[in-house]
Amino acid sequence: MTEPSANAAADPAGKLLFLEDVYKSYGPKIVLDDIDLSVRAGEFCGLVGPSGCGKSTLLRLLLGAERADAGRILLDGAPLGAPDPQRGIVFQKYSLFPHLSILDNVLLGPRLSSNFGQWRRQRASFMDEAASLLKTMRLESDGDKYPHQLSGGMQQRVAIAQALIMHPKILLMDEPFGALDPSVREDLQVHLLQIWEERRMTVFFVTHDIHEALFLSTRVLVLSQYYRDGRTLPPDCHGSKVVGDYQIKKDAASTDLKRTAEFADLAQTIRREGFEPTVLQNINEFNLKHPDSWRSLNPEEAAGS
Amino acid sequence: MRRTLGPLPFLLALVVYLVASNARLRENPLDKLLPSPVRMAAAARSLAFEPDRRSGSRLLWLDTGASLERLGIGMSCAALAGLLLGLNLGLFPGLSALLQPFVTAVSIIPPLAVLPILFIVFGVDELSKVVLIFVGTFPVITREIMLAARNIPREQIVKALTLGATQLEVVYRIVLPQLLPRLLETVRLTLGSAWLFLIASEAIAAENGLGYRIFLMRRYLAMDVILPYALWITVLGFAFDLALKYFIAWRYPWYGVEEE
Ligand SMILES: Nc1ncnc2c1ncn2[C@@H]1O[C@H](COP(=O)(O)OP(=O)(O)OP(=O)(O)O)[C@@H](O)[C@H]1O
Ligand SMILES: [Mg+2]
Repeated sequence: MTEPSANAAADPAGKLLFLEDVYKSYGPKIVLDDIDLSVRAGEFCGLVGPSGCGKSTLLRLLLGAERADAGRILLDGAPLGAPDPQRGIVFQKYSLFPHLSILDNVLLGPRLSSNFGQWRRQRASFMDEAASLLKTMRLESDGDKYPHQLSGGMQQRVAIAQALIMHPKILLMDEPFGALDPSVREDLQVHLLQIWEERRMTVFFVTHDIHEALFLSTRVLVLSQYYRDGRTLPPDCHGSKVVGDYQIKKDAASTDLKRTAEFADLAQTIRREGFEPTVLQNINEFNLKHPDSWRSLNPEEAAGS
Repeated sequence: MRRTLGPLPFLLALVVYLVASNARLRENPLDKLLPSPVRMAAAARSLAFEPDRRSGSRLLWLDTGASLERLGIGMSCAALAGLLLGLNLGLFPGLSALLQPFVTAVSIIPPLAVLPILFIVFGVDELSKVVLIFVGTFPVITREIMLAARNIPREQIVKALTLGATQLEVVYRIVLPQLLPRLLETVRLTLGSAWLFLIASEAIAAENGLGYRIFLMRRYLAMDVILPYALWITVLGFAFDLALKYFIAWRYPWYGVEEE
């Protein structure tokens, strides 16, 4: 059914994350339509797309909170199951437990995933790590507070610390800064980049803000339902595909980057290709230049139109 | 300003009572309907501190103890059962589809209407009174807990799983601790109706209890006992209400703070 791809990107070996022929629909509505993807360890992967295109759905599949209708998703070569500590998550909100202090929120992971004996023995080292994470997050004096006593930006920093203490193979983030004021948002972006540069963890970051994705990511994926292919379906009946896949070169993490002309051009292109309902790219013209980008089209799709 | 206005109606009621009582007593010094404060104090003192001639116990404390025991047992059972059932209804949609209509129907039955049934089934002793309090408060508690459990965002549960929680740990480390203040809050709000059920059942059949005493004294028109008892019940109710309120605020400082 799928044409064999000679592309090395289509080989799950050496990839942290590997998706092949993934479909997901809710009732009659197809949301994700044949997604193929591979992501290397250490990548900061930004996923952008218009509202309702299925970004959160894709993230939930990666998280294991929902199952794909078809296809396979591998993490480090192994098929994914229900949510577990291999994957960390930061949601836009509700990531924190309101009944626990900030320190207890951060310590919850070690506490839940160790048995009583382990917890007793390693308590001190967990405490140290939590304290150092809080310090990294500039929250060292807030450990005793409850989440409701912190601002939105601080809460999101706690949520990041809470996820990082588990050392997940991949950190999934669904519009983590979406509810924050612009200045706080910018501050957290810079902060997240610093942490990423120190730790070189793999991040999968969903946002509808193209500039945010370009600023943070080493790779930007565009998910969109606005495209044409060879299937006889009406165009608004198919699901979203990865319609763009860009490698982003970064020299230094700086908010100045936002102002460079190249950056602005790319943002413009992505907006046109992914976000304009009237611009329907042909499936054979997708800009999938990233070295790890690959896809397996079935013949009807590939026929173009 | 607000603080100083609050006691005014109390004072006014007191003055009205004193004037009326005074007027009646002047006409007929043996009048029982509006006893003077001095008489009430004397009656209250003798109930509280002098052993009753027949039973040999201090009636006020005997009655208070008996009533609070019924109230305590009934409410505790209702709270525990309501917590368990509400938690399960909230977490398992299938179970809730099965049981929720039933719980709703039960909650609509006026508990006092089934009191005779309770007396027939459980006898006129302690059990039927405790069961009445249970029947009257349990459906409300169940419903509140169910709603609270449903309101816990799915994100939190997924997050807990990514932090290594098992299903069981999600329930007793994430969900249950967040329901406890809601449980106490609901107990606090249902305590008023629990008192009503208690006094009603004691009035009909009992050998002691605050409600029993009031209705017994009614036969003798002993307002000098009834009024202090009513006041005492009010004080008790008020004290429990405040105690629970402050306990919740102290123990669960995060509770009741709306998120955004
Ligand atoms: N549980 C569900 N049941 C039915 N339809 C759903 C469900 N979840 C999502 N959808 C639908 O799937 C589509 C994609 O939703 P999703 O939340 O993934 O979009 P998104 O790209 O994250 O959007 P946004 O930018 O607004 O967050 C939407 O049309 C939505 O209505
Ligand atoms: Mg979303």
